[in-house]
Amino acid sequence: MFDDFFIRALIAGIGVAFVTGPLGCFVVWRRLSYFGDTLAHSALLGVTMALALEINIAISIFIISSVIAIILVKLEKNTNLPGDALLGLLAHSALAVGLVVIGFLSFIRFDVMGLLFGDILAVNVDDLIIIWGGGAIILIVLKIIWKPLFASTVNYELAEAEGLDPDRAKAIFTILMAAIIAISIKIVGLLLITGMLIIPTAMARNISDTPKKMVIFSICGGLLSVIMGLFSSLQFNTPSGPSIIAAALLLFVISLFKIKQTIQLKN
Amino acid sequence: MTIENNVLVKLTEVGLKQRNKWLVKGVSLIVERGKIVTLIGPNGSGKSTTAKIAIGLHKNIEGNVEKFTDKIGYVPQKISIDWTLPLKVNDFMVLTDELDEEKINEALKLTGADHLKNQNLGNLSGGEFQRVLLARAVSKKPDLLVLDEPVQGVDFTGEIALYKLIKEIADKLNCGILLISHDLHTVMTATDHVICLNGHVCCSGTPRDVAMNNEYKLLFGEQASQTLSIYEHKHDHVHSNDGDIKKN
Repeated sequence: MFDDFFIRALIAGIGVAFVTGPLGCFVVWRRLSYFGDTLAHSALLGVTMALALEINIAISIFIISSVIAIILVKLEKNTNLPGDALLGLLAHSALAVGLVVIGFLSFIRFDVMGLLFGDILAVNVDDLIIIWGGGAIILIVLKIIWKPLFASTVNYELAEAEGLDPDRAKAIFTILMAAIIAISIKIVGLLLITGMLIIPTAMARNISDTPKKMVIFSICGGLLSVIMGLFSSLQFNTPSGPSIIAAALLLFVISLFKIKQTIQLKN
Repeated sequence: MTIENNVLVKLTEVGLKQRNKWLVKGVSLIVERGKIVTLIGPNGSGKSTTAKIAIGLHKNIEGNVEKFTDKIGYVPQKISIDWTLPLKVNDFMVLTDELDEEKINEALKLTGADHLKNQNLGNLSGGEFQRVLLARAVSKKPDLLVLDEPVQGVDFTGEIALYKLIKEIADKLNCGILLISHDLHTVMTATDHVICLNGHVCCSGTPRDVAMNNEYKLLFGEQASQTLSIYEHKHDHVHSNDGDIKKN
């Protein structure tokens, strides 16, 4: 059944949605959407490195994103610039340098659009293994660091005072962010990854009253977006990555009506 | 680590310097099991800093901190819960530790917050939230409770009741408490030892000793120590029928 490109795309998208759901919750709770964006932009550099050195794209992106994350932490400590300025600096520098390097690699045929907006219909079996294998590892690690990460998201000092290790949890979470970007770049592309992390989660926030529910609804929202997006891209011949994100947006808009209802019920 | 002589945490001549300014310097204190130690002092005198040093939240400190327990319950001074996090009181109670239903209920009941169990944290008033924070801190039956202004936002009668409660908790759990307050006369019934801070230890002793101390008067003004005298009025003498005053 893996012979059909559409089935492969569906399986890949579903795999990614399972991981972006819970990670997206932390991105929203910890206000890291810009951080996710910066890592995603730096992925372009990772892709060029992979092409130049002929190594696996996902691994290369993972390495570059991790390096950018480390640089960010160092800069935050050693400069007086605010966090968002540093994020912008790194995001656009990485994007620019990546594009410049592509210019030098003129001997390689290169699909920039696929990189920016995803190329889910070109997913092969190797990609599926990376997505599901990598995704499983990300979820297992997230499960292990859940308590300290969640507690420090609510209150850093409380978590540290009561014997948890928030700094370690944060460092590991940063690596997980680099990993999710590495495995999902082929699905929605580097410009839309943050959307995949945030929009289903934002929808989930509108309809949940506990963290657990929010994670579950966020996964469901991601799954629905992938399925709706892919089928509609088949139906209307639209680009698949943007279709997935547009489907997520549609779900978000629907969830707004639910809020309105609950407010009315309260009154 | 073992608990020797009931000492839970011992600070010896600790200091913390940030941006070339000493936040606190040369502070020594001991919190023992079953005892309540209160830190008082004006704003910026290093009360919270000292408490954070005691539980190990500050690195790069001078001096020596010996901790003899890891079971610490902490009520921080400022805590704001983001609306992006849908969090019920029930979920908040198990934030750093697993607790069974019974223990959650027991702790919430103890601080008079059991009716809030299914409320969203964002919907609580300041005083209600403070009770929940306190419940969460005591629920794990800690050896050491560190309470940074635990009654802020609580109404006056609630304040006295909560301090009474803190005293009860210390007795019941047989834990040590490091309490921070800016107001000596409301805490004095519930404390064994008072340390008055102003960057350094300005004076220390029993609540009465501190209230009568000249440095304390200088720091807080004559008024503060008189309020205290009025408060203590009924304790140190009796009025006889002929209007005479007899010292106890």
